[in-house]
Amino acid sequence: MLSIFKKEIRSFLSSLIAYVVIIVFLLIIGLFTWIFADGNVLAQGYANLDILFFMAPWVFIFLISAITMRSFSEEIKQGTFEVLSTKPITDFQIVLGKYLAAVSLVVFAILPTLLYFYSVYELGLPRGNIDVGATWGSYIGLVLLGASYAAIGIFSSAVTPNQIVAFILGMFLCFFFYVGFDQLSNLSLFGGLDSFVQSLGIQVHYDSISRGVVDTRDLVYFGSIIAVFLGLTLVVLDSRKW
Amino acid sequence: MSIVLKSLSKLYGEQRAIDEISFSIGTGEIVGFLGPNGAGKSTTMKIICGYVPATSGSAFVLDTDVAKDPIKVKKRIGYLPELNPLYTDMYVTEYLRFNADIHQLKDPKKEIERVIAATGLTLERKKKIGQLSKGYKQRVGLAQALLNDPEVLILDEPTSGLDPNQMSEIRQLILSLGKDKTILLSSHIMQEVEAMCTRVIIINKGKIVADDSVGAIKQKLTAKNTVRIVKFRESIDVVQLNSLDGVKDVSIEATNTYKVTADGPVDLAEIVFNFAVAAKTIIVEQQEQSESLEAVFQQLTKNA
Repeated sequence: MLSIFKKEIRSFLSSLIAYVVIIVFLLIIGLFTWIFADGNVLAQGYANLDILFFMAPWVFIFLISAITMRSFSEEIKQGTFEVLSTKPITDFQIVLGKYLAAVSLVVFAILPTLLYFYSVYELGLPRGNIDVGATWGSYIGLVLLGASYAAIGIFSSAVTPNQIVAFILGMFLCFFFYVGFDQLSNLSLFGGLDSFVQSLGIQVHYDSISRGVVDTRDLVYFGSIIAVFLGLTLVVLDSRKW
Repeated sequence: MSIVLKSLSKLYGEQRAIDEISFSIGTGEIVGFLGPNGAGKSTTMKIICGYVPATSGSAFVLDTDVAKDPIKVKKRIGYLPELNPLYTDMYVTEYLRFNADIHQLKDPKKEIERVIAATGLTLERKKKIGQLSKGYKQRVGLAQALLNDPEVLILDEPTSGLDPNQMSEIRQLILSLGKDKTILLSSHIMQEVEAMCTRVIIINKGKIVADDSVGAIKQKLTAKNTVRIVKFRESIDVVQLNSLDGVKDVSIEATNTYKVTADGPVDLAEIVFNFAVAAKTIIVEQQEQSESLEAVFQQLTKNA
């Protein structure tokens, strides 16, 4: 597993994907947080990072899909997956190695925004007048959201040998899981099941954690999403051999 | 036994890729696996390597059932797939290091040095795989397959797409490896199999049509079909020669030159000589055409 993880990280670094992802993420989030007129921290005058945690899930939809789009599609297209499969390593280890590499990259993209946290903390009046608990909660939520997107992206990449298709499918699935279920439940199509449908989406759990309460139900939800998509990835990879 | 297949079958949907194949390969044998495209060679090899599961039957590598303990088998085999897929953006040593890590080798540096030397990659080791010529890429593929010092090597068309020089280099390499390993290699180049292998298994449409030593297979067919190219001083009566006992077929090859095919195990030279005497002509030149493995292959696979 570690060998796959190391290889993926090296490939992120050597293909510039890592740098591009981190820089683009920080640039977009930085612009929205500090510069763009609508709702930036300085203009609105509240000591919080709401704009960051509002924008990040949207930016991640395409950035994480871009990170994961080649992870399996490229291997399948080039045939290197066949070589990997004949090595003494299980499919699960391969999937886990690739998945954890993608999650690490997401975490490394988020880490520098702690500087924004520090800045707002310092800028608060009085100093430190920021809801620290809620902010840490939001960070945990954001990492879990990124980890869920990564699992979705890895799955999309295993479904097709075409990177572009994997990218678009990944974006769509991330988008759907982020707001799709929420919007469906708003249509009141399912009667008593509406709140259940809503709870299938990521947003409600992300918002819940962002309030600063790390609820087991939310953790179980994110754990399940990740497990389901990684499990589906294994099924798809296995079905290719039949 | 290094490899044992017991009535192995593989179905892709309705299509039978391989059909009840059985054979065993002893330690140290170099076996050629021949067959037209789509005959089931690659599928068989993929099953042996544990990449594809069989529909029925079983495959044993070094006495381990591939379906039951694939990881144990994968630790002890080396596999070079058809088309030799590689990570083109990796450096040669980086790629080998990655494979060594997967194998969890005790002394990866030493093993990497060993395979680099064995496959003649010393000068190319610092290059990106994508920059290498096809022949060198093939060496990288072989190096990857040799890293864990496998007892069994499965090579799927190891020389396809190479130029004649590269082909002969890779063949030499495989031959030198074959001294202490069991090798199953597929090919559709007959000379290659003749040059490298002691035994040939010919497969067609998922079934084994021949399994014997190279010599024995050729002999079996040449005994039936001795062919002589004979040049007479002047043209002869084809029908008359064809009507003789022991002559199966006569065809015109060039001016005054005929291709005579024997019917069964007869002395064709004697028949042709007697015919020449009777026809009052002289044999200018004659030559026995031994059946190449190529012809054998064509005969075994064309009608089935």
